[in-house]
Amino acid sequence: MNFMVTIIEQGLIYGILALGVYITYKVLDFPDLTVDGSFPLGAAVTAALITRGMNPYLTLLVSFASGALAGICTGLIHVKGKVRDLLSGIIMMTALWSVNLYIAGTSNVPLFSQKTIFKNKLMDGMVPKSLRPYSTLILILVLVMICKVLLDLYLKTKSGYLLRAVGDNEALVTALAKDQGNVKILGLSLANGLVAMAGSIFAQEERVFEISMGTGAIVIGLASVIIGTSLFRKMTVFKATTAVLIGSIIYKACVAIALKNFEPNAMKLITAVLFLIILIFSMERKGGAKKHA
Amino acid sequence: MLELKKICKYYNPGTINEMCLFDQFDLKVEQGEFVSVVGSNGSGKTSMLNIICGSIPLESGQVLMQGRDITRKKEYQRNAKIGRVYQNPAMGTCPSMTILENLSLADNKGKRFGLGRGSNKARVEAYREELRKLNLGLEDKLEVKVGALSGGQRQGLALLMAVMTPIDFLILDEHTAALDPKTADRIMELTSEVVKEKNLTTIMVTHNLRYAVEYGNRLLMMHQGRVILDKKGQEKEKTSVEEILGLFNEISIECGN
Repeated sequence: MNFMVTIIEQGLIYGILALGVYITYKVLDFPDLTVDGSFPLGAAVTAALITRGMNPYLTLLVSFASGALAGICTGLIHVKGKVRDLLSGIIMMTALWSVNLYIAGTSNVPLFSQKTIFKNKLMDGMVPKSLRPYSTLILILVLVMICKVLLDLYLKTKSGYLLRAVGDNEALVTALAKDQGNVKILGLSLANGLVAMAGSIFAQEERVFEISMGTGAIVIGLASVIIGTSLFRKMTVFKATTAVLIGSIIYKACVAIALKNFEPNAMKLITAVLFLIILIFSMERKGGAKKHA
Repeated sequence: MLELKKICKYYNPGTINEMCLFDQFDLKVEQGEFVSVVGSNGSGKTSMLNIICGSIPLESGQVLMQGRDITRKKEYQRNAKIGRVYQNPAMGTCPSMTILENLSLADNKGKRFGLGRGSNKARVEAYREELRKLNLGLEDKLEVKVGALSGGQRQGLALLMAVMTPIDFLILDEHTAALDPKTADRIMELTSEVVKEKNLTTIMVTHNLRYAVEYGNRLLMMHQGRVILDKKGQEKEKTSVEEILGLFNEISIECGN
């Protein structure tokens, strides 16, 4: 039971990251590797602020803003510097490693004795005793739902339409007398904001900031998006965002089950193989290789 | 009014492959003119459109629109007053968005793309009416993704989207070339109707000599970056397809084709 709860918790936290990756990879059609840096960026910001006594709930917003800023930088490098999308992300990912170290102070910041969004007086007061074991899960679920609903609503606004259009057909955005570069920058900032917030929640749940926690974050995000969107492609009842969240939980479950049967050293290998299997299967479902996937 | 003044355009400047397309190219299009442009491949028709729209850089020269110099304006800024339909039907629409969403986008051109509702329910009937005029069976498919439509349907939609908001110029870049003859005729008729109804100044590049002769009130033939034939008004009405074809053959022989 506990095993299941942990999987769902982590799956949902990475689900927020996957929502961010969904924006860049699926909506913008931009392979954004900034994610590997912006995920720990959110965690670093959170660790720095919580240890200085900031309200943990506020850190969620601050980390969103920090991630958004990182996204804007990636966007500027790509749009104004005319650097290729993949390379822009790699540059930011590399730079953020040092930035994260500066922000957090060291490569490892324990948060065990600190107040977090999961452990504070307010939470203890609000959640009845019988639900205590699930309080973390409930809060994560609430946060995930807020992100998902807001994103769904946003994608239905005029600005959201434009964001979807730029990934689909840049020429059309230009034809609408809008600078397609600015739209891309906006999308990247939103996406990395979500990713950094996921990093913040993850650090508070694990009660630690670790500099290498972002390594492979993009793989988790991409895998979740691809599992979700290809599994539920035929089912129109599920919105893409819902599919992505379920994809994230499925992916976490696969990794967890695999880890139970192998030693920890094999983790990245398992992750890679799993991702490969997912890619091959999802391509089969598409009836041939589509670009990127 | 649209004016191209002393346009110079080189491809691959500074390399051994340098090629001069336009050298001191001038063109003036008056308000309300519907210009058909014909010419062989590489004659500079599409380059001319790209120069007008700002899609490619210039070596020297000026582009004037309604008397204002827009040479330094970016493509997206110029597009506020220009509608363009491309040869490829996919260029004018978003495949993964529905017809309604595409039309809503086009309808909002020139306004702010803020956090308001993307599609305006009150406009749906008006959209349906416009789609009905296309006669391509799109009026009941508002919720269908554009990617699922045929090329002709997409081009009809692209045309509708290009002229949805008030524009000064309509640029048509071989917009019927990728369609079957019947659909091409239909799209061409629609274009003519729209241009008349909205009194748009239009430049249409086409390889279909019949369209060039039948539609519009001015005919240009281009060859190697120059205008070699320019007929307006009555003179244009008297021009026949045979005459244009004859001239076409002459320049082709000259080139050794």
